[in-house]
Amino acid sequence: MSAPRSAASSRAMEEPPVLLARPSDDELTRRLLRPIWVGGPVWRILFLVTGLGSATMLLFVLYTVVAGIGVWGNDIPVGWAYGITNFVWWIGIGHAGTFISAILLLLEQPWRTSINRFAEAMTLFAVMLAGMFPVLHLGRPWFAYWIFPYPATMDVWPQFRSALPWDAAAIATYFTVSFLFWYVGLIPDLATARDCAPTPAKRRLYGLFALGWRGSSTHWSHYRLAYGLLAALATPLVISVHSIVSADFATAQLPGWHSTIFPPYFVAGAIYSGFAMVITLMVPIRRIFRLHEVITTRHLDAVAKMTMATGLIVAYAYVVEYFLAWYGGDPFEHYVFYAERLAGPYAWAVWTVFAINFAVPNLLWVRRIRRSALALFFLSILINVAMWLERFFLIVTSLQRDFLPSSWGLFRPSYIDGAILTGTLFTFAFLFLLFLRFVPFVPIAEVKELRHELEVAEGRAVRG
Amino acid sequence: MADLLAEFSDAHALAKAVEALRAAGLRDLEAFTPFEVGEVQAALALPRPRIPRAALAGAVLGCGAAFLLQWWLTAWNYPLNVGGRPLASFPAFVPIAFEGAILGGALGAVIGFLVSCRLPRLWHPLFEVEGFERASVDRFFLRIGRRDPAWDQARVLHVLHESGALRLHEVER
Repeated sequence: MSAPRSAASSRAMEEPPVLLARPSDDELTRRLLRPIWVGGPVWRILFLVTGLGSATMLLFVLYTVVAGIGVWGNDIPVGWAYGITNFVWWIGIGHAGTFISAILLLLEQPWRTSINRFAEAMTLFAVMLAGMFPVLHLGRPWFAYWIFPYPATMDVWPQFRSALPWDAAAIATYFTVSFLFWYVGLIPDLATARDCAPTPAKRRLYGLFALGWRGSSTHWSHYRLAYGLLAALATPLVISVHSIVSADFATAQLPGWHSTIFPPYFVAGAIYSGFAMVITLMVPIRRIFRLHEVITTRHLDAVAKMTMATGLIVAYAYVVEYFLAWYGGDPFEHYVFYAERLAGPYAWAVWTVFAINFAVPNLLWVRRIRRSALALFFLSILINVAMWLERFFLIVTSLQRDFLPSSWGLFRPSYIDGAILTGTLFTFAFLFLLFLRFVPFVPIAEVKELRHELEVAEGRAVRG
Repeated sequence: MADLLAEFSDAHALAKAVEALRAAGLRDLEAFTPFEVGEVQAALALPRPRIPRAALAGAVLGCGAAFLLQWWLTAWNYPLNVGGRPLASFPAFVPIAFEGAILGGALGAVIGFLVSCRLPRLWHPLFEVEGFERASVDRFFLRIGRRDPAWDQARVLHVLHESGALRLHEVER
């Protein structure tokens, strides 16, 4: 009709489609539900391996709790080290899940539909693992509940002027809201699973979790509104969570931490690493379950673009930090940024991070890389490593050499540090495998709705 | 008296039936679809849900409770002088009050959603209807209340026939 609209639609034609083939609703439902009815030998083997890995991690966690925090490499002056690095890394990974499901829902991006469910599951599991570290890092994890203001006979309360109770509130809220968002989104698909269940036991089980959903028009209109509200609430929440995490650092007086750029820098870094994790999960899932029809090149391309945008923000934040360390004229700040990080004992980590985080986002300008599943998979692993190392050097370099050279020291991780970090990867994979096996991991109703809308739009285009 | 439940294989046909029945004055209509169909929702002219009010109430309550709790605990119940800083240090209370608002709002939205959908309800007469399990897969259903004052059996059946309903079922209210 009008010029701008036809320009927009011709641009949309250039993009790869969000859905490839158009099987019937029945066929689509059966295909998307298949993984939860039929397991396979591959799943069983992975389940066993990751289950053993998780059990081993629990043993190391138990050992830490029984023997005390001294079994970790943490010592004065580096009291934070792996525990807090892992915490920030995992919680950051969670952020892309909320970003995809909440912010992209509000922005009406059709490509989020196929991948939002498992991105949200990724959020839940990442937050669970992240939450474990501050609790263990307390040294006496059995007193962790002291962080909540419950009426205690001790008559003392948490110190609300500290960033740590903020953290506890932010993470508890983040987990609860992410869970509610994920579960509400899941209800129609649980009802589909109930209605297609092959055995009465499964029918009862899914029926219980579907809460009696009937898909009536009133249900749908309430569902749509509640889901939109949750998205609108989760959007500022996801920004606030990593801002508060960054306040753990920024409220301290240490050179390299005490900076107002931290909240936006941390949020961008979190979403960047989270999108990398989405790619790391999406590429194998698409391959194993042959989901090329619902997770198309368009999804790869869009996720890669998001990774690029947030990665460039992170790279920009590095530059600004270095500029301010020079421009601010503070000798301690200058020392940490220019001498210690670039040439100190952890310079290898700093240079690795800079090399990866300046190069990878810029590689994604190339369309062929953005649309190649294999290339993206390898780049995403590089990003995951770089983002872990970034938090590591950020914590360790500032702590190991502060204002007094007499209190300088080095940090050496113990093997238990490494074992617990590796163990969280196994546990993450374990939880994710359970999710893939028992929950419809591509939103069935949403994919059908998308298909219906595309058909209606195309029908209109054909009819003129 | 049992209501009528018509089964369609096509969302568009269902929407046309709804339009025709509403034109005939029937108001007690309810559609069941495997996904949200904008056309059907528009034809039914559903009232605006009240969930936003529940969410707002939850958010205000959560924010207020978190803020007042921090204020009371720090400034009144156990005043602790830290370097002569003010006891009621409001800016420091903002993050937790904000999280309280989000948590309260989200709980309000979810509770509002469950209450206004009358969920959880594990059994419903509809689940006894043969073939209704396809309402979550690829079939579209329309319940027509027989107690509707504008009920006119011949007319309803005519409309359903014209719009291409596949089958008719009886369903208890």
